[in-house]
Amino acid sequence: MKAKGLSIAVVTAGALLAGCGGGPGGGGGKISDGGVTLAVLNDQSAVYADLSGKNSVTAVEMAVADYKAKYGDKAVADKIEVISADHQNKPDLANSKAQELYDRRRADVILDVPSSAAALAVATQAKAKKKIFIDIGAATTELEGKQCNKYTFHYGYNTYMLANGTGSTVTADGAKTWYIVYPDYAFGQDMNKSFTAAIQKAGGTVVRSDPTPFPNDNFSTFLLKAPNLNPKPQVLGTMQAGGDLVNLVKQYNEYKLQDKGIDLAVGLMFITDIHSLGPDALAGTTFTDPWYWNANQQNRAWADKFMAKTGTRPSFAHAANYSAALQYLEAVQRAGTDDADAVVKELEGHTFNDVFADNATIRAEDHLLLHDVELAQVKPSSEVKEPWDYEKILKTIPAEQAFQPADGSCRL
Amino acid sequence: MIEQAFNGLVGGAFYALLALGLAVIFGMLGVVNFAHGAFYMLGAFGAFILLDSFGIGFWAALVIVPVLLGLVGMALERLLIRRLSGLDPLYGFLLTFGLALILQDLVRRQYGVQSQQYARPELLGGTLNLGLFDYPAYQVFVLALSAVVCGAVWLLLTRTKIGMIVRASTEKPELTRALGIDVSRWVTPVFGFGIALAGLAGVLAAPMRAINPLMGGDLIIVVFAVVVIGGLGSVFGSVAAGFLIGLVSALGNLYVPALSQTLVFILMAAVLLWRPAGLFGRQEGLT
Repeated sequence: MKAKGLSIAVVTAGALLAGCGGGPGGGGGKISDGGVTLAVLNDQSAVYADLSGKNSVTAVEMAVADYKAKYGDKAVADKIEVISADHQNKPDLANSKAQELYDRRRADVILDVPSSAAALAVATQAKAKKKIFIDIGAATTELEGKQCNKYTFHYGYNTYMLANGTGSTVTADGAKTWYIVYPDYAFGQDMNKSFTAAIQKAGGTVVRSDPTPFPNDNFSTFLLKAPNLNPKPQVLGTMQAGGDLVNLVKQYNEYKLQDKGIDLAVGLMFITDIHSLGPDALAGTTFTDPWYWNANQQNRAWADKFMAKTGTRPSFAHAANYSAALQYLEAVQRAGTDDADAVVKELEGHTFNDVFADNATIRAEDHLLLHDVELAQVKPSSEVKEPWDYEKILKTIPAEQAFQPADGSCRL
Repeated sequence: MIEQAFNGLVGGAFYALLALGLAVIFGMLGVVNFAHGAFYMLGAFGAFILLDSFGIGFWAALVIVPVLLGLVGMALERLLIRRLSGLDPLYGFLLTFGLALILQDLVRRQYGVQSQQYARPELLGGTLNLGLFDYPAYQVFVLALSAVVCGAVWLLLTRTKIGMIVRASTEKPELTRALGIDVSRWVTPVFGFGIALAGLAGVLAAPMRAINPLMGGDLIIVVFAVVVIGGLGSVFGSVAAGFLIGLVSALGNLYVPALSQTLVFILMAAVLLWRPAGLFGRQEGLT
């Protein structure tokens, strides 16, 4: 048989498998292109499709409806369109879709864009086209650091916030020694650095940190290694996300590391991850959550409306998309126009409260949204009262402590 | 160290089961089945659906799912793959690759991309003392079962009349036909059998790995490397290489975590340079 030629073809192919007129002119301003267009650019088919995806488009539509209901005839933006595109988590696709959205589909703002590389690509487009981009889904602090620009905003969470919330708190609560495993790509490396810094600042030590393949379905080597490290770590800090996180947690339980005195801390967890694993697989795990649907009556009421439309409970990304769209429209209302420079001015330094963001400020220096975030713990199934009721809020981290101070690396 | 090596063998058990199925299919049909990862994923989803919708547990799923998927495989062979026999192998690539994407998307449409829950069977929830170290019972079971299955396939192919016919049909189809044996009769069951093995691996993965539509696509790339290292179409080679790659990845993760992602492919490149037909491959057919 043609074993040799086929061999090479097999591997090559195998690698492929891995998926009008002006507005009413309130305040004398103007609306360009006959209306305001909000574009949601995110992952609608790959790993992040469930935690944000199409339901974030629904969340943005809810924001539009609420804006219209609030201002009625006085709305500056009387004609608002919500469009969306799928970037499949690919930076090159994100880049070309962003161009298409800004140029041909006349988007005034692009929202969401998970995964750091894709977000940075879209930020570059926003700068070139002088159009607004509010990133929600990506975690990298580069968006408000060296790669910041006048038209880009970062909304919801970042690696500093996660590390500072979870890393500091768990260390301060007595778990001084950590073993960190992180997926070997930009997000994982970033998380590893942020967590190591936060842990050391809180008086702990990182015994070891190991990069793991990405994606990966077998973490057994790392899990077996953990108890034999010297000194033995008290916490296993995982920076894995999505399916990798599910794999790791299943195997953490399989190897009974908790019985061996090693607790689990999770860097980034979405409520969909808890749903995938079942609360008992994660019971007691502490993590930082930018927003939880069942934290208070206001959140719950919004989550009920969201559920009526989508059939599921919202993740923090859904709520953040709603809030970002609403705050954008409010800024258009204040500016009296959808002109990007005028709207940026209105967004900069704006302070507000809405269903997603408490005590919120959009920091003028670097366009990072500061808001209160929650330190949460996963409930055991015995305390779960209804579907998706998975989190107990341990404490609220105030906005000014939750995020990094502006370090001057951003020049808008 | 011994514990880690053992651990590598458990990981290798999945590679071995999947590679074995690919190898028998390639040997008999000359088709490289790109949909193999999708059937592994369907195996895991099969176990999940049986438990979730019908309350049928792990042990029954271990039998029901491979049998059902084997039948699906046989139907596919009859309806689609058979039509491509005699054509350029590229057509087989395209067909099975397309099937993989369709299956993956159908599952995604129904269940989304988030992972599904599946509990470990209670009987295997504990740890076993293996003399030198304690090890999760479920993992020991996975290793034992896959070793038994691989051994049984080996015996079937080398010690039984059916095995003899299958091997003969693979190596010299014309001559076998001349001896009055209907070769084409065996093609459909062999394909179904290979698919059933992928389904079995999927059921075994359900309690310990994330069950989502993408799980097969991620894994199958490594399995292709395994098959190439073992020698395409070599049954013994695929199993041996499966366990070998399991070991190599575990030790790679342990000593050079930064390289672990590429180690398998470095090994594959080295093997191809040294022995282009793979470690156990011969120019013709099943070993």
